[in-house]
Amino acid sequence: MKALLLGFAALVATPVTAQTPGSPQSSTLRGGTFAITGGTVAIGDGSAPIQNGTVVFRDGRIVAAGQGIAVPAGATVIDAAGKWVAAGMVAGFSDLGLLDVNGVEESNDSAARTSPFAAAIDIAPAINPQAVMIDNERLGGITRAIVTPSSAGSIFAGQGAVIDLGADADPITRARAFQFVELGENGASDAGGSRPAAYAMLRDAFAQAQDYRRNPAGFGGREKDSLLKRGDAIALGDVLDGKTRLLVHVERASDIRSVLALKQDFPKLDLVLVGAAEGWMVARDIAAARVPVIAGALADLPAKFESLAATESNVGRMEAAGVTVALSTVGANTAPGDHVVRQYAGNLVGIAKVPGSSGLDWGHAFAAITSGPAQAIGMDGDIGSLRAGRRADVVIWDGDPLELSSAPVAVYIDGRAHPMTSRQTQLRDRYMTPSEGALPKAYEH
Amino acid sequence: MTDRRTRLKGIRLSTALAMGLALAACGAANDRPESASSKDTSATAVAARRYARDPYPSTYHAYPGVPTVVRNVTIFDGEGARIDNGEALFADGKIVAVGQRVDAPAGATVIDGTGRYLTPGIIDIHSHLGDYPSPAVRANSDGNEATSPVTADVWAEHSVWPQDPGFGRALANGGVTTLQILPGSANLFGGRSVVLKNVYARTTQGMKFPGAPYGLKMACGENPKRVYGAKGREPSTRMGNIAVDRQTWAKARAYDRKWTKYEKEGGDPPDRDIGMDTLRGVLDGEILVHNHCYRADEMANVIDMAKEFGYHVTAFHHAVEAYKIADLLKANGVCAAVWADWYGFKMESFDGIGANLALLQNAGTCAMIHSDDENGIQRLNQEVAKVLSSARHAGIDISDATAWEWLSYNPAKALGIADRTGSLKPGKMADVVLWNGYPFSVYTRPEKVWIDGALLYDANNPKLRPVSDFELGLPGAGDVK
Repeated sequence: MKALLLGFAALVATPVTAQTPGSPQSSTLRGGTFAITGGTVAIGDGSAPIQNGTVVFRDGRIVAAGQGIAVPAGATVIDAAGKWVAAGMVAGFSDLGLLDVNGVEESNDSAARTSPFAAAIDIAPAINPQAVMIDNERLGGITRAIVTPSSAGSIFAGQGAVIDLGADADPITRARAFQFVELGENGASDAGGSRPAAYAMLRDAFAQAQDYRRNPAGFGGREKDSLLKRGDAIALGDVLDGKTRLLVHVERASDIRSVLALKQDFPKLDLVLVGAAEGWMVARDIAAARVPVIAGALADLPAKFESLAATESNVGRMEAAGVTVALSTVGANTAPGDHVVRQYAGNLVGIAKVPGSSGLDWGHAFAAITSGPAQAIGMDGDIGSLRAGRRADVVIWDGDPLELSSAPVAVYIDGRAHPMTSRQTQLRDRYMTPSEGALPKAYEH
Repeated sequence: MTDRRTRLKGIRLSTALAMGLALAACGAANDRPESASSKDTSATAVAARRYARDPYPSTYHAYPGVPTVVRNVTIFDGEGARIDNGEALFADGKIVAVGQRVDAPAGATVIDGTGRYLTPGIIDIHSHLGDYPSPAVRANSDGNEATSPVTADVWAEHSVWPQDPGFGRALANGGVTTLQILPGSANLFGGRSVVLKNVYARTTQGMKFPGAPYGLKMACGENPKRVYGAKGREPSTRMGNIAVDRQTWAKARAYDRKWTKYEKEGGDPPDRDIGMDTLRGVLDGEILVHNHCYRADEMANVIDMAKEFGYHVTAFHHAVEAYKIADLLKANGVCAAVWADWYGFKMESFDGIGANLALLQNAGTCAMIHSDDENGIQRLNQEVAKVLSSARHAGIDISDATAWEWLSYNPAKALGIADRTGSLKPGKMADVVLWNGYPFSVYTRPEKVWIDGALLYDANNPKLRPVSDFELGLPGAGDVK
């Protein structure tokens, strides 16, 4: 968030004046000190909401959040009485910025069917911060997103990134934040038709990455028919060293066990499970391996043979077994937008009172869509909560952020307020009265 | 046909197309009634010349219930009324009385509804359960007969797999008591729909809503032109869509004339055309048109086409841009069935907004929520809650009780069954949900669901949670593990 705001009038705030959240005056340049007072504070670290709390941030970073926090001298004070002040949500597994319209192939950079490259693919340069969905999802309360490529022609999809959803020209929080690989039904298909073929591809790729490390000069990887390109070998070397996390999509319990077993042969692998619909059946193993899970939350149908044991209680059971769980739209319909994760989290709170179901308490449910995804990719020291030192990604809501009746009234990213309008709000306003007036609708803007 | 954005899942349509199942479309089997004598215009003779309108009749039967009164409960009656601290009585499968106080017979089961809400069962007008069941493997992919743009001859009920685990989830998590199963949207004329009670049975006939009118699934827009354009045939454009539609309706008019004349006057019976039977049913007002259509301009074209050929569109489904022509829909008596907030997954959904349904209601247009999704059907009350939030944040005041019309009464009307279900009025089917809290909260779930007065889901009784054959003995059985 270093660049200038685009299409948004950033005004220098006046110190020690109370402001209304979302008002133009509460937009800030970096460098100021801000205190949001009087709201219910949701830190995002698993703790329960704090009544009448204060959130202080300075120079784009959180200074403090909680009760009894002193407002620093000279701070701009934003009154949030009757509102909630919450950590911005982190989309756990998304394609934000990677496409404009999923079904419009020309606009979609999520997968490359005929590319000779796989693990080498780095999505960061393709991220478009002006994609329409970015504004829409920021207005839904998402401030950061873990963006992943999709696989095509290889089990390796490539390297994903972490982005912010600000209205500016600098979306990348971390490029090459992880490698993504498919090892379930999708992986079988990507590898030519079977899980054994997927594992053969994985092990051969790892072996070649080691070959490259031992003797880069002797490694080919530029021949037309080479199984692994040089760039892929370099990317996978970082995975084998544990420098780059490996996100693995599997759903079936036995697939999860097979993935966890990879650590025996490749001990430095820094694994993250994605999906894990049957994770509850092997939750103790996952917890013992200290492997976090980016889960699909509400999947409860035997949608595939690899997810016959899918249950809404999956996340609750994994969490109870000690697994670090984040929620995402993995495997789910994302047509409602990635901010649907708050609905998932709310449902997990709701099912906690349904006999026989396992859910989450509010604090853990909210953490699963804020610090949880950040923790899964090792960035919870930087993003995902209102704990001191984190980037000041703060959303002021007009009610409980997990409740469907609530909406954000102000969104701060890196301590700066961002616009609360989108193409969707403009369409809504244009058609508030559907019939044409003195001029066609095209003149209403 | 669902063709939304899905992470890590293939688009089902492509799966269906990959199958490339052969079909002899528009089979022209002769079905000549034998007892019809020529020129005999008596009612008996006319009836004898009619082909069967209901050859796969419902065998659904209501399961036993007990007279039940729910007290101290907040009621949305489905027709816009709210009763705080009210009471409702149902017995013999029917609603008996709903009000502040009702007279309950001695021996009636009494349920304390303190802190709870009582509503009509949810009706989903757009589902593919059974036709695209779980597991979503190719062998089960039976929702799109994507071998010809005109397959009015297929009937969704002949694809429905009554063991789809999705029915049980829609009941237990969603409080869905009635649903319409539609063919997919690959084709301009997708085929006949079927309306089901959400009660497991061994056969699809055993789930069929007795006496519900049939529907005809039609589709505008990207899907038909993409599917058939890719095969190098008409339609490959939107104008091609309308051209094939019009040609087909023109044939249907001729078919209707021939058969109507024959049925009235006798003579040589015309050839039967199973697809044309369905279109004739539309022209005669017996079969309701449910038209998948996203864009405002295309809906306007369809409305004119319906006038040209003398039929009525009951509802546009998906109707992402309905908010742009709310006045036009209202003036033509056409309903819109929509998602709460789906947008941007394909070009024709690019203008989707969360306030769509709110703006329709605000304009006085008939509107309702729908799922088109085996997961969304489990949370339609939450989808409406999102719409209410969009409405209120746009300054549009819609009451909770009015919003419930989108979940039961309006879809019942659009399915032609509002005289039997969809609201808590005396004499109607006792299709009722008791929610464990405010039903527009994300934290609320069904506690009990009755269909025709029979308690078929009870959150407090694991035995009253259905487990389909498919799930039996599998680790996911009924999601009750």
